[in-house]
Amino acid sequence: MTTRVLLNLVHPIFEKSWANQAMLEAVKDLKYVKVNDLYEEYPDYFIDIQREQKLLLDHALIVFQHPFYWYSSPSLLKEWQDLVLAEGFAYGEGGYQLAGRRWLSAITAGAAEDSYTPHGFNNFSADELLRPFEQTADFCGMEFVKPFVLYEAETLSHSRIEKEAERYRDYIQGLATSLGLLEQSEEEAS
Amino acid sequence: MEEAGFLYQALVFLLAAVVGVPIAKQLGLGSVLGYLIAGIIIGPFALGLVGQDVTDIMHFAEFGVVMMLFLIGLELQPKKLWKMRMPILGLGGLQVVITMVLLTLLALAFDLHWKMALAIGMILALSSTAIVLQTLSEKDLLRTDAGKSAFSVLLFQDIAVIPMLTLLPLLATLPVETSQSVGHTDLEAWQQAGLVFAIISGIILIGRYLVRPIFNWIARTGLREIFIATSLLLVLSITVAMQKVGLSPALGAFLAGVVLAESEYRHELEVGLVTFKSLLLGLFFITVGASINLELLMQSPGLILLLLVSLIAIKIIVLMILAKQFKMSLIENMLFSFALAQGGEFAFVLFSFASQNGVLSNDIISLLTVVVALSMALTPVLLIICEKLIIPRLSFGKERREFDKVDDGETPVIVAGYGRFGQIVSRILRSQGFDTTLLEYDAVQIDLVKKFGTKAYYGDVTNEEVLRAAGADDAKMMVIAVGNQEKTLKVIDLCHKHFPHLKIYSRAKGRREAYEQTKAGADFVMRETLGSAVILGREALMGLGYRKYQAHRTATAFYHYDSQHLEELAELWGDKQYVIKAAERAEMLEAVLKADQKDSNAMRRAWNTPVSLEEEESDASELDDNAKGRQSGSEAKEQPEEKS
Repeated sequence: MTTRVLLNLVHPIFEKSWANQAMLEAVKDLKYVKVNDLYEEYPDYFIDIQREQKLLLDHALIVFQHPFYWYSSPSLLKEWQDLVLAEGFAYGEGGYQLAGRRWLSAITAGAAEDSYTPHGFNNFSADELLRPFEQTADFCGMEFVKPFVLYEAETLSHSRIEKEAERYRDYIQGLATSLGLLEQSEEEAS
Repeated sequence: MEEAGFLYQALVFLLAAVVGVPIAKQLGLGSVLGYLIAGIIIGPFALGLVGQDVTDIMHFAEFGVVMMLFLIGLELQPKKLWKMRMPILGLGGLQVVITMVLLTLLALAFDLHWKMALAIGMILALSSTAIVLQTLSEKDLLRTDAGKSAFSVLLFQDIAVIPMLTLLPLLATLPVETSQSVGHTDLEAWQQAGLVFAIISGIILIGRYLVRPIFNWIARTGLREIFIATSLLLVLSITVAMQKVGLSPALGAFLAGVVLAESEYRHELEVGLVTFKSLLLGLFFITVGASINLELLMQSPGLILLLLVSLIAIKIIVLMILAKQFKMSLIENMLFSFALAQGGEFAFVLFSFASQNGVLSNDIISLLTVVVALSMALTPVLLIICEKLIIPRLSFGKERREFDKVDDGETPVIVAGYGRFGQIVSRILRSQGFDTTLLEYDAVQIDLVKKFGTKAYYGDVTNEEVLRAAGADDAKMMVIAVGNQEKTLKVIDLCHKHFPHLKIYSRAKGRREAYEQTKAGADFVMRETLGSAVILGREALMGLGYRKYQAHRTATAFYHYDSQHLEELAELWGDKQYVIKAAERAEMLEAVLKADQKDSNAMRRAWNTPVSLEEEESDASELDDNAKGRQSGSEAKEQPEEKS
């Protein structure tokens, strides 16, 4: 059955990222969240395609949590996309097995929000810059939900980061509720 | 009887030890008490099995005390010793002086001449290094604050023996005996001083510049017994040299130990000598027991009891006050004070010295010898009382405090075998700031790596004591790269038995060894050729025209699946099912690799690469075709190689 939330964490130096740690802390104890730490799982970039595809099939909301490296993701996520979202699985003949699942990009960005505007030095909004992910999700028949972006990840105070992490938790909980995941897992628990 | 004398005596002593000590251990009394009681029983005053001349044997047995101090010296690098200078001088100095004064006053109360009283005060102020250290180490208390303080005091006492030996002859009131004496020389004072200086600097210089090359040379021969013989020779030479000039041999040996503490042979020396030390110490304790004059005890039990109680009481009170001044916790204070409240083995030496110099009469000496021996015999009993009765009451039902760990720079990782393999592992770990303790059994190899500024210790890693000495108790991980299956399995076994907290990362030659090691309990086994073979396979694929990424991915996939299968198959090793399963897995692996190759082709196809599915799956010539196709892109580069 398709259930629950898969959180693909993609951070090569997670141990140094306060923001990503706080975000993970905030959601990892939710019963219906399964954390899949890609850099921990595949330090040599050797991705177990079958494992990853099975994980995707087992979950309804797929979260990709990563820093916004060069307006995109760390390289391992790209490798993951290239190998896991293969023809015959994610699209094409015998494909579209992920159709209907939700895709959430959860990004930590170093710069402030107002730099991601036509007049800021990043020129484009985060949503615009995330278009390749949006289109990838669409190509696979997945629904790309509104991305979660944590700005100023390196400079925010601890307490602000905690607040952002709470916002992240609320957002995921909200999405899970709308998908009926919450009721499901509560039913299972009872 | 005379002919069979030595063997007969050895028989009696060994029998006493073998029967007495296990019984005492079973009763929870500790080995020291076992030896002492065994000594009393076989002694001249009970069964009388060892004749009357126990003192001769005691002189020989004191060699055990000397070796113990040598081994303690080995544990203490000069830096650590320097750190301890405050407790040694302060605590030790005050203990000796105050106890001496009080005991002298007590002796004066018995109407003795002041010179005699002072001599007795000095001699009885000393405690027993052998009993205290052996008992504390058996109870694992040496690393506690109490243990360390006790050690400082004992060390000061050893030093204090030197001025005592020079002072005692000045206290003579009786006619001097004319026998040749231990530690007595006919030299003038200045000659004596010069000799003392010469011998001590000799020990330091020889220890630093001569002993290491000698050990190096011996170690190269690979003859273990000669290595041990050399160690014994070293300690024995120091003992004889120190006795010749009338110094404390124990102190000399301690000094030599400190000098050698930095040496790469440290661990191996410890292991070689530790058995001898224990046996000789046992012998020493037996002789102490045997020298308790039961007749004298029967004649004047009241007086002996009074002296014994006074001696112990004065010592305990002085030690308690000092411990309080030095801010020891109450429990540490109790342990420290009870541990050191006895007369010491140096008393026996000093008594005979005092007798030869006409300081004390033989009546007094035999009386006090009984008192000192009894006080030594009581030490383990006192400690048991202290631990079982007093401390539980002090701690008010609280849990017993954890022993303090001595942070003496021990490392988180021990690498056993510093050859080609161990070096790479160690260099990677060190690059990330993890210190490694390197153990190697090949002296030539040690020399070689030393030239590059790395220090490996000489030691047999299949010996529990070597591992312990290398810090296995505190380390986190053991990397076994000795390249010998039998040894590797032994080390894994040792770690499981004695250091179960250690993670074990071991190296195996091939699959079979890897199975055995996995079964023995290694946490991670690396087949030594796997990594390099996989890389060679990868290079071979590249040589056949694969692009590097595909070659890399295939090789990595092989590595991952093969390692995974190894874990699964290890359980079946030795089972009938094994061969079938192993063949199955090998087939499966190839299939998986082929499939993976197909998958990435599928990926390529998705982006409009015009290759049809049929072509790819059709036959084995696919590889050739692909290879040719790929090669064409880099023909200019490849061609010269083909020609060569």
